[in-house]
Amino acid sequence: MNWSPIILSLELALVTTILLFVVSVPLANWLAETKSKIKPVVESMISLPLVLPPTVLGFYLLVAFSPNNAFGNWLQETIGVQLLFSFPGLVLASMIYSLPFMVQPIQSGLTSLSLNMKESSYVLGQSKFKTLLHVLLPNIKPSILTAIVLSFAHTMGEFGVVLMIGGNIPGVTKVASIAIYDEVESLNYAAAHQYALVLLLISFSILVTVYSLNKKTNLTGKHA
Amino acid sequence: MLEVKVIKRLEAARGRLELDLEFQCHPGEFLVISGQSGAGKTSLLRMIAGLMNPDYGKIQFNDQTWFGPKINLKPQERDCGLVFQQYSLFPNMTVEGNLKYALREDQSESDMEELLDIMEIKGLRNQKPAILSGGQQQRVALARTLVQKPGLLLLDEPLSALDRPMRIRLQEYLKEVHKKYELTTIMVTHDPSEALKLADRIIEIEEGKVVREGKPTEVFGNKSLSGKFQFTGTVIDIQEEELLAIASVLVGNQLIKVVISDVEQKSLRIGDEVIVASKAFNPIIKKV
Repeated sequence: MNWSPIILSLELALVTTILLFVVSVPLANWLAETKSKIKPVVESMISLPLVLPPTVLGFYLLVAFSPNNAFGNWLQETIGVQLLFSFPGLVLASMIYSLPFMVQPIQSGLTSLSLNMKESSYVLGQSKFKTLLHVLLPNIKPSILTAIVLSFAHTMGEFGVVLMIGGNIPGVTKVASIAIYDEVESLNYAAAHQYALVLLLISFSILVTVYSLNKKTNLTGKHA
Repeated sequence: MLEVKVIKRLEAARGRLELDLEFQCHPGEFLVISGQSGAGKTSLLRMIAGLMNPDYGKIQFNDQTWFGPKINLKPQERDCGLVFQQYSLFPNMTVEGNLKYALREDQSESDMEELLDIMEIKGLRNQKPAILSGGQQQRVALARTLVQKPGLLLLDEPLSALDRPMRIRLQEYLKEVHKKYELTTIMVTHDPSEALKLADRIIEIEEGKVVREGKPTEVFGNKSLSGKFQFTGTVIDIQEEELLAIASVLVGNQLIKVVISDVEQKSLRIGDEVIVASKAFNPIIKKV
């Protein structure tokens, strides 16, 4: 069995999750405390990937990343990055695609915290950044864990977007979900089954880990 | 010296409320803001602390303007501490961690040790807030606020979530630290006995306006009593005898039995806050 699609999937999920976390924490924090009128618009944009067929997102990204297009051209000419049919392109697309899975749990975690906690920290003279890092985030660990794991698992399992903008280049953009599709198309069911089983096992063990960890935190929370 | 003059329109649960308040708080004073819930007491403290912006006005502490035309200092920049009613401790940190978080860089840990001592929470230093009782949590919250030695201490009904005996104990702590650290303190409360016990001066607000102001005994409308001594307490029992009735009043943690007349008996109910005063021989009892 060729492991490279599985490894590529794991790599993609890992890089996507890390970058997505860095982007999502400030975004979720802003959403949790803003009274801005554009909040519903921003929230809708973030949630779009939940309701859109992945091919719609994939199609627009395909158009946007294309070198025939102003944005794609600019990327290639100025920064020298080609997003179409490349790993960076997959990462960016996956980040957009998994954004709601990261932002929503963190946002609802932050919203659930007592306002007094945050304000106490401000009145004690601590900056917003320090408050976020030392007070807010440590108190929503279960939400953060959920966000990270959902994003990771969701990225592992994505198919439509990856196929649209990544294509099927072995070692570069051929992730596990695509490999399965590929093997089935060539009627190679045994190989497809191997990939499918590995994906199934990975996803299942990730979820079991999360639920048991969350159960543990909930229990200690209750006893405390 | 704190000078406050604020106007703020609030959308409250009971409709629109316009806060229009002007007062001063002198150095070393224990000022109590009293009034029904919804009168705008908490909003006032939040504006002083910088957590809420007045629509118009001026807040000045000593030589520094905290809020005024084109000036609006962040909460972080105001030399004040605020203790909330509850849920303000950081659950992820121990008691000691909570206090350390508040320590400024130029402060030594001995400031923290002293407060752990005064608040009698040394034995709890390695505990997380979640396992502490309400009274212990508020002592930690108070200690954490005082670690920074704020010029102005703001207390937003810090004891109202506690049961009565604990409240009385914590009032003693408040009295003690106010004196020891020569604090200027503003406390919001709707408990008259608490106000009477702690305040140098009371400002009573109603619907966003100051309605009464003065020494505790003046504000609580018992000037006519001219008692020799007086306490406030709660009626916990009224016992009818043949000719008269006896009211049992809990003052602090002492039970006082007072003989009351028929007329008085009709106006009193169990749970009422009362003042027990004595003129030479006959104790007088009057509803607050």
